[in-house]
Amino acid sequence: MDNFGAAFETAFALILQLDSELVEIVALSLQVSLLAVACSALIGLPAGAVLAVVRFPGRQGVIVLLNALMGLPPVVAGLVIYLLLSRAGPLGEYGLLFTPTAMVIAQTVLVTPIVAALTRQTIEDLHSEYDEQLRSLGVRRTQSIWTLLWDGRYSLFTGLLAGFGRAIAEVGAVIIVGGNINHVTRVMTTTIALETSKGNLELALALGIILISLAILVNAAVMSLRGVTARANW
Amino acid sequence: MPFDASPRTRLTDRPSVLPLRLDAVALEAGRHTLIDSLNLELDRGPRTIIIGPNGAGKSLTLRLMHGLIKPTRGAVTWAGAAPGRRRRMRQAMVFQQPVLLRRSVAANVRYVLRVHGVARAERAARVADALERAGLAHLARRSARVLSGGEQQRLAIARAHAIQPEVLFLDEPTSNLDPAAALAVERMIDEIHAAGTKIVMTTHDMGQARRLADEIVFMHRGRLIERTPAAAFFADPQTQAARDFVAGQLLV
Repeated sequence: MDNFGAAFETAFALILQLDSELVEIVALSLQVSLLAVACSALIGLPAGAVLAVVRFPGRQGVIVLLNALMGLPPVVAGLVIYLLLSRAGPLGEYGLLFTPTAMVIAQTVLVTPIVAALTRQTIEDLHSEYDEQLRSLGVRRTQSIWTLLWDGRYSLFTGLLAGFGRAIAEVGAVIIVGGNINHVTRVMTTTIALETSKGNLELALALGIILISLAILVNAAVMSLRGVTARANW
Repeated sequence: MPFDASPRTRLTDRPSVLPLRLDAVALEAGRHTLIDSLNLELDRGPRTIIIGPNGAGKSLTLRLMHGLIKPTRGAVTWAGAAPGRRRRMRQAMVFQQPVLLRRSVAANVRYVLRVHGVARAERAARVADALERAGLAHLARRSARVLSGGEQQRLAIARAHAIQPEVLFLDEPTSNLDPAAALAVERMIDEIHAAGTKIVMTTHDMGQARRLADEIVFMHRGRLIERTPAAAFFADPQTQAARDFVAGQLLV
């Protein structure tokens, strides 16, 4: 168990030194995952809301598929994106493989189902409460979707946080499409995987501690936004 | 020269959506008949109070009139035309459980004004006016969802009235309120009626029906049993069911 004590010491040392390589890796991790969450929000929030409000044939199937995709294995998602972006693939001409952009795309694919599925659930509950009132007021369908998204905003934050948690912790997709290239596509999780395989368990564990602390910090920051926790359960 | 300059057809004077007619309106769910061949015509003026025991179909009747649900048979018409979004926007409805948006008190009123195309410059004054009438001006910035039950219902009524509807439907608006809060709601309804809005309201509170009604529509088991001016109804109900109901006996 010496590993753990030593790992905490190493972690503190790394943070206190503000090791430039560490800062670079942490910054890229945050940049990639936050961008992916933003992209997922742009797609998943409206898509989930439409799915909650509009009745169409096959809707139940889409919901089942969406819920299943929440558990999509990152490695599989990474592999599919890899094939799409590789030289021979349909999107090969853009030369995105092994760039941070590819990592954002892969994480967006992982996070969007989570955001959409949780949005669908939240908005469907809200819709059943608001539906008659909004129709009584003469609110049009598209307008009512924006109303529901706005009024559900505090609960929807929780969905985005869940998405961020998935993105920042995920290693399988980014290591395949990013390639873990030093100074280019190396993020926290891929570094931990690398250091573990090299046998630097102490350094890997220290990085893990920093990663978990970061996740806690981001969650705390969002939850401390005015009223998020208090109002999510309205 | 315009060939017709009568005040009735000026653009500023929108033609009335009343009278509201229900022709043999029925609502069935599976093999159950919830509303049975309802014939009724409502015009401007009197406050129409729909009373009857639970399950009589009072709320469904309001929803059918307002166009929130469609009858399975028969027709609802507003001034001879089928119900639609534009005609519905000349009406407003207040629900038994007020549905308030998760926003501030003022924002709830502002929202309906925006939906109804009220110019931005005009909104602030109309929001202030609506909240003043409801006695909620001091709570304008409070979250609507943390108001007391009475305040919530007053806000729902103020919001409905803010769009100056020709008809206001109220579905048991005071059934969850204590007497003082119910009285405040009744006062608002009176003021809205005095300002020229047709009131159609359901209640199972006989005292309230006596206080508010100009005419009574009595329903039982999805049927309209009788429609009588209020004074006559309470003095001398025409049907046995109504007599029992007024006398406070159980109707089954």
